[in-house]
Amino acid sequence: MIVAIASGKGGTGKTTVAVNLARAMGSPVQLLDCDVEEPNDNLFLKGRVREAHTVTLPVPEVDATRCDGCGECCHFCEYHALACLGGSVLVFPELCHGCGGCTLVCPQQAIRETSRAIGVVETVECGAITLVQGRLDVGVALVPPLIRAVKAHAQPGVATIVDAPPGTSCPVIAAVTGADAVALVTEPTPFGLHDLGLAVDTLRELHIPFGVVVNRVGEGDGRVHAYCRAQGIPVLAEFPDDRRVAEAYSRGELAVDVQPELGELFRRLHLGLLGLTGGRG
Amino acid sequence: MKVAISTTGQTLDAPLDPRFGRARNFLVYDLEQKTFQVIDNTENVNAAQGAGVQTAAALARAGVKSLVTGHCGPKAFEVLVAARITVYTSDAATVAAALEQLRSGALAAAQSPDRESHWA
Repeated sequence: MIVAIASGKGGTGKTTVAVNLARAMGSPVQLLDCDVEEPNDNLFLKGRVREAHTVTLPVPEVDATRCDGCGECCHFCEYHALACLGGSVLVFPELCHGCGGCTLVCPQQAIRETSRAIGVVETVECGAITLVQGRLDVGVALVPPLIRAVKAHAQPGVATIVDAPPGTSCPVIAAVTGADAVALVTEPTPFGLHDLGLAVDTLRELHIPFGVVVNRVGEGDGRVHAYCRAQGIPVLAEFPDDRRVAEAYSRGELAVDVQPELGELFRRLHLGLLGLTGGRG
Repeated sequence: MKVAISTTGQTLDAPLDPRFGRARNFLVYDLEQKTFQVIDNTENVNAAQGAGVQTAAALARAGVKSLVTGHCGPKAFEVLVAARITVYTSDAATVAAALEQLRSGALAAAQSPDRESHWA
């Protein structure tokens, strides 16, 4: 079964929930860190990098001897990665999304594809946990292809936890697509509630079963709980606002290692996510 | 010779638009005929990315040889150079004032972009 840990708002505790859930499960599990702009699951899981692969996107290269400057490629490109001037074509690889359309529409077959590196996917062995993480190159703006590459490196048939990036935009969609259930981590604050609403709308649109994890209960107010009740959204777990958890985090330690009694809460969260799938997992 | 000036309006006394790729309009002035036309740039104002590249290509298609604008980024500059369009940057208040600066020789041709890329 694939479960994803996501949130509308950043900083609510996705990483904390994802790494502790992975540890608390106790059995072989793969954790996919899809927050490729700032992967940080590795701060809590020490291990050996078993594999590293460079991820590339296909980008166009124009053969000037064949190009007759007709402009078909430039008209086709929705992302303006090609510009036609007089008889020649300029290519801007950093704007290219790698769809390959320009190579198909060129009547002269003057365009071939070359590779542009956008990041790496690393597989790290951490005991029962296999961490697969993406790391986007500095300056690259195109996130979803690297997230899809991380997911492509996962072993099928193994219990999988996806640590998604925050928000509700394309990278989040790329991360949660294919998940059997999603846990939306939020905090009981007005900001947490607002962005939870956006994330709920997104998952309903995607038709993925989901529940809510309320982190740092004790701060803020009761409106997140009231919202979940009114919307009929299950609250899968609640974690108290506890200084000891923050202190463990600041040292790069797992909360369930420091406070083993928390393990039961995470195992119940896992069961709750299983329940959302109606036993399909 | 045709000169393009980025502007938020449609007349000679309209304000200069300091943005290039996402300028609202371009007033294209013919220095010999002393006439002008306005190119609507709405499509690029709303572009997700590549606004500067497409705007520069549009000016090249319009036969523009010189451009006066507020600022110009690296990709737009590359296209403008390839299209042999001379770039001038100005902080003039109006299109007419920018044209006067150009005609009087008060502006020096830009040798490089003066803004960082938005993407990489």
